[in-house]
Parts: sequence; C-alpha cells; structure tokens
Amino acid sequence: METYILAIETSCDETAAAVIKNGTDIISNVVSSQIDSHKRFGGVVPEIASRHHVEQITIVIEEALAKANMTPNDLTAVAVTEGPGLVGALLIGINAAKAFAFAHGLPIVGTHHIAGHIYANNLVQPMEFPLLALVVSGGHTEIVLMKEHGHFELIGETRDDAAGEAYDKVARVLNLPYPGGPHIDRLAHEADEAVKFPRIWLEEGSYDFSFSGLKSAVINYKHNMDQRGEEIIPAHVAKGFQDSVVEVLTAKTLRAAREFGVKQVIAAGGVSANKGLRTSLEETFAQEGIPFYVPPLHLCTDNAAMIGAAAHYMFVAGVRGNMAMNGRPGMELKTWV
Amino acid sequence: MIYLGIETANAPLSVAVVEDGNVIAEIVQNNKVTHSNGAMPAVEEVLQKAKITAAQIDAIAVSQGPGSYTGVRIGVTIAKTLAWTLQKPLIGVSSLQALAANASLYSGLICPLVDARRQHVYTALYEGLTLEEIMVDTHESIDDLCIKLKAFARPVMFVGTDVDKYWETIEAQLGHLAIRAPRAIDLPRASQVVHIAMAQPLSTVEATHHFVPQYKRIAEAEANWLKEQKK
Repeated sequence: METYILAIETSCDETAAAVIKNGTDIISNVVSSQIDSHKRFGGVVPEIASRHHVEQITIVIEEALAKANMTPNDLTAVAVTEGPGLVGALLIGINAAKAFAFAHGLPIVGTHHIAGHIYANNLVQPMEFPLLALVVSGGHTEIVLMKEHGHFELIGETRDDAAGEAYDKVARVLNLPYPGGPHIDRLAHEADEAVKFPRIWLEEGSYDFSFSGLKSAVINYKHNMDQRGEEIIPAHVAKGFQDSVVEVLTAKTLRAAREFGVKQVIAAGGVSANKGLRTSLEETFAQEGIPFYVPPLHLCTDNAAMIGAAAHYMFVAGVRGNMAMNGRPGMELKTWV
Repeated sequence: MIYLGIETANAPLSVAVVEDGNVIAEIVQNNKVTHSNGAMPAVEEVLQKAKITAAQIDAIAVSQGPGSYTGVRIGVTIAKTLAWTLQKPLIGVSSLQALAANASLYSGLICPLVDARRQHVYTALYEGLTLEEIMVDTHESIDDLCIKLKAFARPVMFVGTDVDKYWETIEAQLGHLAIRAPRAIDLPRASQVVHIAMAQPLSTVEATHHFVPQYKRIAEAEANWLKEQKK
C-alpha cells in the first residue's frame, strides 16, 4: 500500500513535522528546536516548551507540506506522537493533528514516541527481524526485541535514571552547559586517563539498567576531592563515567543479541548520537558478525520523520485514532499487530 | 457568513456555529471531560448539528485567554490549525469579555472572574449594557481586586463558576454592592465569543501563524529566573 503520511511530533522541546512515503522515504522533515530557550534554565521547562509549540506548530506543518510540494489532498493520513512525553507539549501536536485531519477528512494515527525512535532506522535501511533495539535518550534506556513490524517486547529497562538523565546530571556536577551529553562525550574523547567508577550490572542475567548509583559515585568523587582541597580533572571524570555507561550498555545489548539470535541490532534515541557509544557498539557487533545500524544524528534526536515511518506500518495494520485522542504522558510501548 | 466559535479557556467547554449573527447550534458543557479529549469531538458534533462541513466555515473565533494555560492552548491550537489549513480568518476574543457578555443585560458593573489559584484571579471590569471595558484583563489577588472595586462605590455583578470560591471575601469587602450573577449564566458560551469577534475586523490569513494565547502571566520558571537575575 502506498502512503504519504504527514507526521507531527511535539513530545518534548522540538516542534517537528514531516511527510513520509511508505514508511521509508523522507519527502520532507522539519524540526524547530527550542533548545536556546531552555538553556538558561538548565533543562526543559514544560510550560515554556508548550508555549513555544503553540507559536511554531502551524509554521512547521506548513513548511513540511511546502518542502514536500504537497497539499492535504495528496496525503493518506496524519500521524502524531500520542506519548510518552510532556503532557502539555504532546497536547499541542495532538490537537493540531486532529484539527488538520478533521479539516481534510483524513484518518489519524497516534504513534508511540519510542516506536518512532526505533523506526528512524527504517528511513535509512529496511529493518530485518528478529531485531534488537537499544533505545537510549533523556527519558529512556530500554532493550526492545522486535519479531516483526509492530511487535515490541521489552527485554530490559532502567530501574531509575535514564542514561541521558545521568549524562545531564553528571554534566551539571562538572559545570558543563546544557545539554551536557555532547560535552561529556567530547571531553571523554579527549581524555587519556579515566577515573575508575563502578559498573552497575544488577543481578545475574538481568537486562535491566541502573544509573543512579553511578551518578552518585561521580557526585561522591567530586565531593571527596573538594573536601581534600584537590581539583578534579573534568575530562578524566567524563571518560570514567562514559566508559562505565558504554561498557554496561554494550555488554547487555550483546548478550541479548546472542540470546535472541537477532538479524539486526539498532540503536535509537538522542543518546545514540554519542560517539563513544556508537564506536563501542559498532566494533562489538562487527566482531560478532551481526549487522549494527544507528541513524544519522538528525534522525537520532526528536523528529517527526520517525513518527511517520512507524505510523505507516500502523496504518497498514489498520490502526486508527479518533477525534477524542488525548496525550498519554506515560504511554507504554505495546505491540500493535 | 458562518462563524465557528471555540471556548476552552477554563474548565467549561463551548463550541458554536453562528450564521449571520444567528446561533445555529451550540454546545455548552462543564462535565470534567478534558479539552484534549472533548474539544474536537464537540467541534465535529456542532458542525453536524448545524449541518455544515468544515469547508463551509467562513471565519473562526476563539477565546484567547486568560485562563488555564493548557485549556487556552488547546482552543487556540485547534482554532489556528483550522484557520490556517482552511485559509480562513481567525479572531481572538478575551475569555473574560466573553464571560462578562453573559451578564450584559445588567445595568451596573460586571466583573467576570476566573480562579488563578493562590488567592489570585483572572479578572476585568465592564460597564453593564454597553460592555464598555472599565478595567483591562489582568491577573491579581482577590484582595486587591476588592479594594479597586470598592472605590467605584457602585453595584458589581460577579459572573463565573469560580465566583463561589471567593464569595465570602467579596461579600465581606463589598457588602450589598456585591451581586452574584444567576448560576445559569456562569458558563462561557462560544456564541458570545463569536458575537464579540463579529465586531472586530477580520484578520489576514498570514497573521494566523503568529496567533498565540493571551496568558497574562509569564511562566513560573521565567519569573523565578528573572528574580534570580535581579539578585
């Protein structure tokens, strides 16, 4: 089935719209970032994010249609991120999507944000099943097994902080600007030495993660050094922290890939833009002989193209939303087939 | 000329279709259904009741705030998306003026009131019968409002579902000058939003992109940040 889907994503601090053909081809992809507005607060402020979304939403949708050189009549459906995310932010995309779909009599599909991140890979090369996805972002750290399109099995997840959250908190300890992830990645890359921090493996055989202990270890290290009147070397701390995160993420993903005999391993989510993590996963799976993919940077961070890719398979499977669609801030990733 | 009116600035919801000034269909409810859940189905229903399609709408009028941040944003997002994509003019109306219009047959002063929590309200003041604006839309404490109203030394009719919450304070301050509007006119009506909009010039379609809510308050994080900077 040929589809042209207008996709809208406003779950956090990017106002985004895209037109996607057949779940694989990006016809247009527009992202309006608010990062500069949140920088001075050291993190995303939900109310300010919502205010920006309402300012940008029609501009971004219009640009996505204009770049695609399409009118509403050319579209098959409208897709929108239904959750998870900041509820006030989600509501802007959802209500714009509903109003647009209603105005033109188009069907609407509510998409899961993390399903979107996983499907960002489908815009680069076809997904092959069974597939293992490592989802790492500011709000998520999950290992997901997919046996076919629309099938999601949560193999492991974080029990406390998401990896991206730990990055942001450690960045704050090191006085790095927001968002801190890229700065830690850069410092770690430059460092020749690493402070030794623990690896949190949890109980034998578990695919779950925990990063709050690691975060505390970094805070304690800084505190002890301060007490002794010694200066910390931020690059060494960054490398020590990143080494721990990357080693645990890589090892658990590898073990899961072996156990489930997957044909493909993919990384998704904002933290998959991290160079240290990418390199480690690439080297590990090259050795293992399992194809590993990670989307280009602009498809790792929040965008609407990924929502359109996932929505194509939902649409083909007959999934439809309606005018009563609401934001679902705590939405679970569920199989739709 | 067919107007679609949308009012979701606070807990009540209202949508209406008004043709050449005549109300064809209207929905008014205050049933605790969230606007994200209820607003678009209500738009769909009111158009069905009026037997018109989305394409037949000539202009859209929306309650632009102040009120619940999320509520105002849902109405504005729906209104601006419809206006932009259908290429129709969009007119914003004060949520407080729309509420005051319910009491416009009263000959004294009219004070629409919406709870903004922590002993603060969104409020304004209008002359009865003419609906002339005496005090512009504002966010202030109930005590400050009462002091200002007292200075007029005239009867004031208070309208809105949140009046009850502050009635004790209002009555203590204003005594017999305070008049509680009949509860049947407490809910804002989208038909009033349209009627107020009809007195305003039609906007250009280009202006729709830049249409935003009138919050009448900066975000709390922003206020705290500004306070920090002053230190």
